[in-house]
Amino acid sequence: MRFLKLRGTHVPHKKNTAGLSPVRIPTPETVVIPMSMHIGRPAEVKVKKGDEVRVGDLIGAPTSYISAPIHSSVSGKVLKIEDITISNGGLVPAVYIESDGLQTVSDSVKPPTVTDFDSFIEAVKQSGAVGLGGAGFPTFAKFAVKDIISRVNTVVINGAECEPYITSDTRTMLDKAEYIFKGIEAIKKYTGLKSFIIGIENNKKDAIERMRSFAEKTDGVEIKELPAVYPQGGEKVLVFNTLGKIVPQGGLPLDVGAVVINVTTLAFIAEYLETGMPLTEKCITIDGSAIKEPKNVIAPIGMTIGDLIEAAGGFSAEPSKILYGGPMMGITVPSLEAPVLKMTNAIIALDEKDAEPPKTTQCINCGACLNHCPLRLDPRAISLAFKLDDPESLKALCVDICMECGCCSYVCPAKRPFVQTNKLAKAKLRAYLDKLKEEKK
Amino acid sequence: MNKLISSVSPHITSSKNTTRIMLDVIIALIPAAVASVIIFGLRALLVIGVCVGVCVFSEWGFEKLVKKENTITDLSAVVTGMLLAFNLPVGIPLWQAAFGSIVAIVVVKQLFGGIGQNFANPAITARIVMMTAFSGTMTTWVIPDSVSSATPLALMAKGEMSSLPSYLDMFLGKRGGCLGETCVLALLLGGIYLIIRRVITWHTPVVFIGTVAVMSLIFGKDIPYELMSGGLTLGAIFMATDYSSTPAEKWGKVIFGLGCGLITVLIRFWGNFPEGVSFSILIMNILTPFISKLTRQKPLTGGKKQ
Ligand code: SF4
Ligand code: SF4
Repeated sequence: MRFLKLRGTHVPHKKNTAGLSPVRIPTPETVVIPMSMHIGRPAEVKVKKGDEVRVGDLIGAPTSYISAPIHSSVSGKVLKIEDITISNGGLVPAVYIESDGLQTVSDSVKPPTVTDFDSFIEAVKQSGAVGLGGAGFPTFAKFAVKDIISRVNTVVINGAECEPYITSDTRTMLDKAEYIFKGIEAIKKYTGLKSFIIGIENNKKDAIERMRSFAEKTDGVEIKELPAVYPQGGEKVLVFNTLGKIVPQGGLPLDVGAVVINVTTLAFIAEYLETGMPLTEKCITIDGSAIKEPKNVIAPIGMTIGDLIEAAGGFSAEPSKILYGGPMMGITVPSLEAPVLKMTNAIIALDEKDAEPPKTTQCINCGACLNHCPLRLDPRAISLAFKLDDPESLKALCVDICMECGCCSYVCPAKRPFVQTNKLAKAKLRAYLDKLKEEKK
Repeated sequence: MNKLISSVSPHITSSKNTTRIMLDVIIALIPAAVASVIIFGLRALLVIGVCVGVCVFSEWGFEKLVKKENTITDLSAVVTGMLLAFNLPVGIPLWQAAFGSIVAIVVVKQLFGGIGQNFANPAITARIVMMTAFSGTMTTWVIPDSVSSATPLALMAKGEMSSLPSYLDMFLGKRGGCLGETCVLALLLGGIYLIIRRVITWHTPVVFIGTVAVMSLIFGKDIPYELMSGGLTLGAIFMATDYSSTPAEKWGKVIFGLGCGLITVLIRFWGNFPEGVSFSILIMNILTPFISKLTRQKPLTGGKKQ
């Protein structure tokens, strides 16, 4: 019996594209592939200007353990290597490749030989897969756990897709169901894990049905219907609503015996094991008030957002804001020259009206923010402690566990920008704790 | 092509804003306003008009004076004006009503930092100030179809049970009292609207009224009269649910309602005033910071990582 229920909020679903199978769009003339699409240090560029490359060729090699290899998404010639500005304002080296339009596949693309746990982890690593969250956590690292069988009870497969607009995971569940289950079989075979739960928001009846029809034929897979309350797809919320456990402060799902993997990532890994084609393209939902024809597309990584939207039917209005991902947690695209990334599952373009920031007014103490926070934080108190420069209070208020889901800002009638403040408050707390540690030494 | 906006998530927000919430409260107060005109005549409208007008004007004037951003468009001053008028007898001299409005907005609300910052309910505090300053006019009750010149609570206090209005008259509001507090039916309609619109939750009003009911039962009072008389319905639905001056969390609201109910009966049954709702809310307003501290929700940390 569970007494605790996680809160959240109802956001508009706007799943306009759920019924649309992804279409492959024509290969662009050039792609721009940044060397940092994962957490950790950027990859090292392995090609130089003028090199011929083919689809699947390694162009960026990992430089540290938590990192991921990067592959060419087109066949053609390397034009240049130049730094580009990414969403957080930083600069990263990127490889510009001119496509020959042939999409010739590299000779290096062949099914990996996987026989045991270690070779499985190595294969997942070589596939270039990273998690979908903004940070891009390399997928192999989630499974590269010593004694995985004794530490992990359940693999939680995330099919919640709680953000408005986005339907790319829904499409994976509908169109690539067999790969999701092949992925499950592979994990079973090479890691020995036996129990799987696929969590799906209950507004996706088709996807639930399809997953059920496969799960019936597979041992150890449970389909869990989740309430369509944002943010079901948040890792902590998902783990709680599937396993009833709270990921501890500063910990990982692993600390409560879970590994979380996204449905699309899982299907990709299964495909990689079959074909050896690394992560070079993505299924992307294109939608928003500035988009002429909302749809799902398959696009090469590195295609610029401008080219992508052009190829997908163009804008219906001047875009004022474009997002990587959904409107609740998406990151703003710096310019139309910015590329599609490994973590990109949606591009949402908003027109002037939708992009206009709401006017912030004085807090009326209605309590909506704290009553909707899934983690029961008090965003008002956090903002105050941040303003007063009081890291001790920030620590007591546990700002570090904030998952930046945005429920608090969404519901606030005074439109307080809590996510922004919480990000800064987290940084302040981190700096403070680091300083304390140093002083102790 | 102009530059793309860069900003931190979320990129959408709900349609709720302060003005919309205040508009909902105004809508919820309209049935009672209409009832007051039917019961007490057109002068009720005049009193409401003066209070609303002076509240809005003094908010505008004060903000102008101290060069603060103007907030009259959030409609909160209109709400304060309506609530204050509802807490006055219909025969109140208009200059006194205007004075009360200035106290509510300038002293209780703006001097503490404006909307969301005041620790006490402006309308209630102004009413209490007026009761002290103008005790004569504040307790001169005009009675519809005049049967008696006292309020039911005053009658009950004196033990004159035979001259009490019937339950039905009480429910419809045909009794002596402040102009917006008598029609229980209209107030309940407003309350239900606010709960449906999620402007308020049921906790405070239900616990507040429930506590008065239980205590009346224990002390052998006439429960329907106790519940329908005085400003209980008005106070429980509209004043004890004020955002600024009451706890924001569920359990805080429960404690707040409980405290209000207990203090109300304490004053009604044993105090010198026949009516205790205003005082009970003001006292609980003062205790609100402590209640909030007591009931603060714990972050879901799941224990520290070892
Ligand atoms: S405080 Fe953090 S976790 Fe809580 S609702 Fe706001 S963004 Fe989400
Ligand atoms: S939701 Fe906004 S207005 Fe309401 S208490 Fe929180 S910060 Fe204040």
